[in-house]
Amino acid sequence: MDSYQQIIFKLKTYWSDRGCVIQEPHDLEVGAGTMAPETFLRVLGPKPYRVAYVQPSRRPADGRYGENPNRLYKHQQLQVILKPTPDDVVEQYLGSLEAVGIDLTKHDIKFEEDNWESPTLGAWGIGWQVMLDGLEITQFTYFQQCGGIDLELVPAELTYGLERLTAFLQVKDSVYDIDWTPGVTYADVRLADERQFSVYNFELADIATLWQLFELHEKECQQLLEAYPEYPEKQRFPLLAAYDQVLKCSHLFNLLDSRGAISVTERVGVIGRVRKLAVGVARAWVDQQAPAPEGVAAC
Amino acid sequence: MLTAPFLLEIGTEEIPDWMIESALKQLAESFRAVLEEHRLAAAALSVDGTPRRLVLRAESLLTRQSDSEELLTGPPKSAGEGAAAGFARKLGVEPSALQSIATPKGEYFGYRRKVKGRTAAAILAEKLPGLILNIAWPKSMYWTGQGGPRFIRPIRWLLALLGGKVVDFEIAGVRSGAYTSGHRRLGRKRIRVTAPDYESKLRENFVIVSAAARRAKIENDIAALLPAGLRVKPDPGLLDTLVYITEYPAPILGSFDEQYLALPAEVLVTVMRHHQKYFSVCDAEDRLAPYFVAVMNTSADPEGLVRRGNERVLRARFNDARFFWDFDQQKTLAGRVEDLKHVTFQARLGSYFDKTTRMLALVEEFGGDETARRAALLSKCDLTTEMVKEFTELQGVVGGLYARAQGEPEEVAQAIYEHYKPVGMEDSIPATAAGRIVALADKTDTLRGCFSIGLIPSGSRDPFALRRAAQGVVKILAESGLPLAVSRLAGGDEQLREFLLDRVKYYFRDYRGFRYDEVNAVLAAGWDDLADAGSRLEAIRAVRPTPDFEPLAGGFKRIKNILRQAQFAGGGELDPGRLESGPERDLFAEFERLRGVVEEQRARRAYRPALEAIASIRPTVDLFFDKVLVNAPDGEVRRNRLTLLDRLLTEFSSIADFSEIVTQ
Repeated sequence: MDSYQQIIFKLKTYWSDRGCVIQEPHDLEVGAGTMAPETFLRVLGPKPYRVAYVQPSRRPADGRYGENPNRLYKHQQLQVILKPTPDDVVEQYLGSLEAVGIDLTKHDIKFEEDNWESPTLGAWGIGWQVMLDGLEITQFTYFQQCGGIDLELVPAELTYGLERLTAFLQVKDSVYDIDWTPGVTYADVRLADERQFSVYNFELADIATLWQLFELHEKECQQLLEAYPEYPEKQRFPLLAAYDQVLKCSHLFNLLDSRGAISVTERVGVIGRVRKLAVGVARAWVDQQAPAPEGVAAC
Repeated sequence: MLTAPFLLEIGTEEIPDWMIESALKQLAESFRAVLEEHRLAAAALSVDGTPRRLVLRAESLLTRQSDSEELLTGPPKSAGEGAAAGFARKLGVEPSALQSIATPKGEYFGYRRKVKGRTAAAILAEKLPGLILNIAWPKSMYWTGQGGPRFIRPIRWLLALLGGKVVDFEIAGVRSGAYTSGHRRLGRKRIRVTAPDYESKLRENFVIVSAAARRAKIENDIAALLPAGLRVKPDPGLLDTLVYITEYPAPILGSFDEQYLALPAEVLVTVMRHHQKYFSVCDAEDRLAPYFVAVMNTSADPEGLVRRGNERVLRARFNDARFFWDFDQQKTLAGRVEDLKHVTFQARLGSYFDKTTRMLALVEEFGGDETARRAALLSKCDLTTEMVKEFTELQGVVGGLYARAQGEPEEVAQAIYEHYKPVGMEDSIPATAAGRIVALADKTDTLRGCFSIGLIPSGSRDPFALRRAAQGVVKILAESGLPLAVSRLAGGDEQLREFLLDRVKYYFRDYRGFRYDEVNAVLAAGWDDLADAGSRLEAIRAVRPTPDFEPLAGGFKRIKNILRQAQFAGGGELDPGRLESGPERDLFAEFERLRGVVEEQRARRAYRPALEAIASIRPTVDLFFDKVLVNAPDGEVRRNRLTLLDRLLTEFSSIADFSEIVTQ
């Protein structure tokens, strides 16, 4: 039986064989693999791209102090972006399940309608949750819009819930019992992380500090976005750094939310503030990607 | 005329189950329209579908339009032979082939040109792409790139055969052909078919094209699967979903540990139905049994892998539910009232705490007791629980269950439990008095609030489900007999009053099945007391077939017209001394006699005898109109007669306005 990490290796190899860049996770807190710039920014514009990476995804409000066998503050997603979508994308996806040892002639696979939307990113898509013997193992989305921009090429996004998939394959009732590698369980690697961050996210994070940080990162992002139009050498402009500020804001918003610190009237407004930044970066990014008149190659 | 069988299959990625029937209906309708427009005809046209294919078939389709003629008009005769020759030359025919045609503007040269009928294949090849892409979906996507065609999910193959030939067209880079595709894992990818063998070839490849056949398979297989004494909880909605989420449905029976039966049945059923799409299983006494039926989209589960997988998922879900239950008990509902400040009801209408405060005031206004006040205070607290965050559809139910577990009075728990009822027209209203008051307060607040900030439903847009809320209000008032005026619930908002009146009409017509004219007649006589309006409608329905009723309605309409034409303002005294003996005095006497009877019956709400009494005046009214000239030359006599008619109309319209009744 494959360990957690072997399953990850196999999936990465599978997608590597199908032309994907195998990336490492983005090194900031994100709520989902979609938010990593390898997805959010790369899906914009006319350039084809294929990438796969494991993205630890933090959702502070989902933490359960390590006491719930199926819920995690930070879970790991395998994120695959195929841009543009190949015609046989569903077949390729099913092939990836077979690659990790699932004999699909003996299992029940269903595609249930599930459209995805992220108001903070101004992004949405159409797709399914993929159910394997009644277990949701993948979110399959055809991106339609990102950063408020209609996408030129429609990418397929496959998001595998790695803990769930492994628990299924290893026949484990708790994610903490899955074998990360023989002799080392998921709990050995991650339980302390879940406990400590649950305490921090729900109890000890200082609300005033979080607000201050939010505003600092917001200001930094705004400062950059304001500078972009006048900046002489567009290709060198640090939009990637601006986007990191968006991610910081988004994560701080989630933290504030899990602390119960965002009031009714504030909530919609704060989402709007993050969205405004995300949309601003996306617009500038599309502009930056457009072929430069001097023929300077895009990065 | 030559005909051939026609077969169209639009091969797609998985279409959401609930959209398929409507798409098929549209497909059939627009196909028929194309046939009609192009003088083609088909016999035995049918549609069917699975999540991966929309299928349209005709057993026989004309393969060619009949030939036709078109009349081309040339120059007027007066222009002479030269003009005619020019016209003929342009058409490429001999001038002798022209004929003269008479028009209102005079004689013209004309030519009847024979138009050869086009082939159905050519017409369909031209029309099918537009027809397919014009199917309206609730939400569509593009996949080939910006500006590309939109459909519900990507189209991956097209099968289009007329007789043995492919009808050639292309959509989104996919060319039509003679091939279909089987079940994703059990069937072959590319299968050559003909119209006659299409269904059987697919069946061999684990696709049952017919939805009816899939439905029958699910039902029959379930019956064969269940041990004696057990049955699945009937669930037509879930069955529909499963029919359209599978190409080859196969039910399996799974079980769960009996210890989970300690959780409330509501929670277990919700997990099974809404989250896992399982049927729950009941024993002979209708108690939940520790089994479930899942429907696979594959042929069989010989090794029990699918069953065990589903059982594990369900166990995890039940464990979650138990975890939520235990976790939630750490804080009582009463302790959560403050937390409602953090839950948005509507951005401009504030939090659920604000809503609760308003609901409490409404409970007071509606005469609710201490039970209703307590229930209203706690009614929304379950929105802060883990259980409801996870199983949103259990809001209210969870609150009720928790209230009971936390030692709130049973009546309070019950009222919380049922305060979202009725959730639809067919759902029952809350059973308890407090439940009804809280339900009314909740819905009334939502309606008043949304209307006050302009969130008024229009067309199919009703994001706050205000129609359902209004329908609930109407149903509760009509069926509980609570002495609350519908129009008072509108709180002085004229638009909301109209909206509620609309729902009242809908309720009596579409749910209670009264005829629209009966509803109009009764509501015209007042609709503040809906239970009473219901009784009056019952009486009308009972009396309507009697011979006097409809003629009397005609008589009342006549009275109304006469009064209107005379611009009669009413109000004057009736002078019995001025009445002529004969039909006029008789009418007055009969009116005076019946008035007392009707009034007494009406006061007792004995509407049927009251209506029968009113109807019995019909011969007297008829005779009056036969013999008496209302518009008498003498002004005083005329006024007196109009007064008599006016009083008759007013007195006898308090149960229903008979002039609204549509007579034969």
